[in-house]
Amino acid sequence: MIHLNDISFKYNSKTIFDRLNFDLVKGDRIGLVGPNGSGKTTLCRIIMGLEKPASGIITVLGKPRLTESDFAEIRGRVGYLFQDADDQLFCPTVLEDVAFGPLNMGKTVAEAKQITLGTLGKLGLEGFEERITYQLSGGEKRLVSLAAVLAMSPEVLILDEPTGGLDEETTCRLVDALTSSDLTYLVISHDKDFICQVTSQRLWMEKGRLTALP
Amino acid sequence: MNIQEFSLGDSIVHRFDPRTKILATLVLSITVTLMNDIGSLCLAFFFPITLLLIARVSVRQIFRRLIAVNLFALFMWFVLPFTVVGGAEYSLGPFTIYRDGLLSALRITLRSNVIILSIMALLGTSPIFNVVHALEHLGIPNKLAHLYFLCFRYVHVIGEEYQRLRVAMKCRGFKPGTDLHTYRTYAYLMGMLLVRSFDRADRIMAAMKCRGFKQRLFIIHHYEMRRNDYVFAAVSMLFVTIILAIR
Repeated sequence: MIHLNDISFKYNSKTIFDRLNFDLVKGDRIGLVGPNGSGKTTLCRIIMGLEKPASGIITVLGKPRLTESDFAEIRGRVGYLFQDADDQLFCPTVLEDVAFGPLNMGKTVAEAKQITLGTLGKLGLEGFEERITYQLSGGEKRLVSLAAVLAMSPEVLILDEPTGGLDEETTCRLVDALTSSDLTYLVISHDKDFICQVTSQRLWMEKGRLTALP
Repeated sequence: MNIQEFSLGDSIVHRFDPRTKILATLVLSITVTLMNDIGSLCLAFFFPITLLLIARVSVRQIFRRLIAVNLFALFMWFVLPFTVVGGAEYSLGPFTIYRDGLLSALRITLRSNVIILSIMALLGTSPIFNVVHALEHLGIPNKLAHLYFLCFRYVHVIGEEYQRLRVAMKCRGFKPGTDLHTYRTYAYLMGMLLVRSFDRADRIMAAMKCRGFKQRLFIIHHYEMRRNDYVFAAVSMLFVTIILAIR
């Protein structure tokens, strides 16, 4: 579903990736681990078309993606959970925020509302719809931003540090939500237990190179 | 503090169409700005106060906001009575106070309070999303409308970031004084906030793109002109006419 071929990427004249290859096929649950600054987030941003590589081919959902409009097509079909939930939650209420994606996809207000309530329910967030997003706790913000991504019913999910700042119970809810779904996903995390629980294979990234972990 | 808390209630004022509210606020503000008669200005208070009473907004919160406005008005009282020459003269120690100056300070104070109260009563009681949407309906370019909305949303986040940096500074033993070190530290603080806001803006844009944003905001709680809105619009116009007529 995601296929990166010989990707090279430079940031401020520092080489981050030199001819990197990466594949994610349907049903894969890959964990991406590695030291800070090794390029894990950059990899996700390249897949989403938020960064342009110097060279290489990005194939997402069956088509090579080059231009902004190519990438506009996959957004929503590939869900991306940001590291900082405050970047993602920008609407005043939870309902408006979760419904933002579905509305952009052309759903009617009634449909979007129904999807929102359903998604919130699945994550154990019933009754959150009228809450004010910036008054939520860190864990609640994280779950709501996950709901916002899931509400677009993505085919692939990319999660950047989803457990950052979560307590055990909230992490458990996240594990349940991921393992009980039939989603294909890529997860970045420093949390070893979490990564082992939710993924079937692990990749190690260091200095812009990927190696498989046992 | 919740800057949107006025909009959380439910009353007839909350349910008015935001387009009507924006127009009523605009007409009243312009009228009040052009009005010079103190009596009419006092009378103008009747309008926002009635609405605030109907909306049952917390009086404490109203006063907290009014204090901020009146701090600015206070400066007028320090300057205008001494500088606007005309009318009777009173002496205050070595200074001379002019009646016209006192009157213009009073006018500015009354005007700003009427306008702020009206904004609280009308715009404050609609969720920001709806106000932005109504602005777009009224022909404000959507870039401006979105700018307004995002400012509103992220003032809070930047405020929190500022508080965090301040606490971090305190924890490392920073005590503000009147020396170069203090000024430099404050400059760094402001610079850092600016850079961080810039980065955050980038990340928000990316997050919005990832969720399929196409330069359009949708609203969930739709509004339409109902009988109440027409009645409210008529009453507002009547009120404006009255205060204009009796001066």
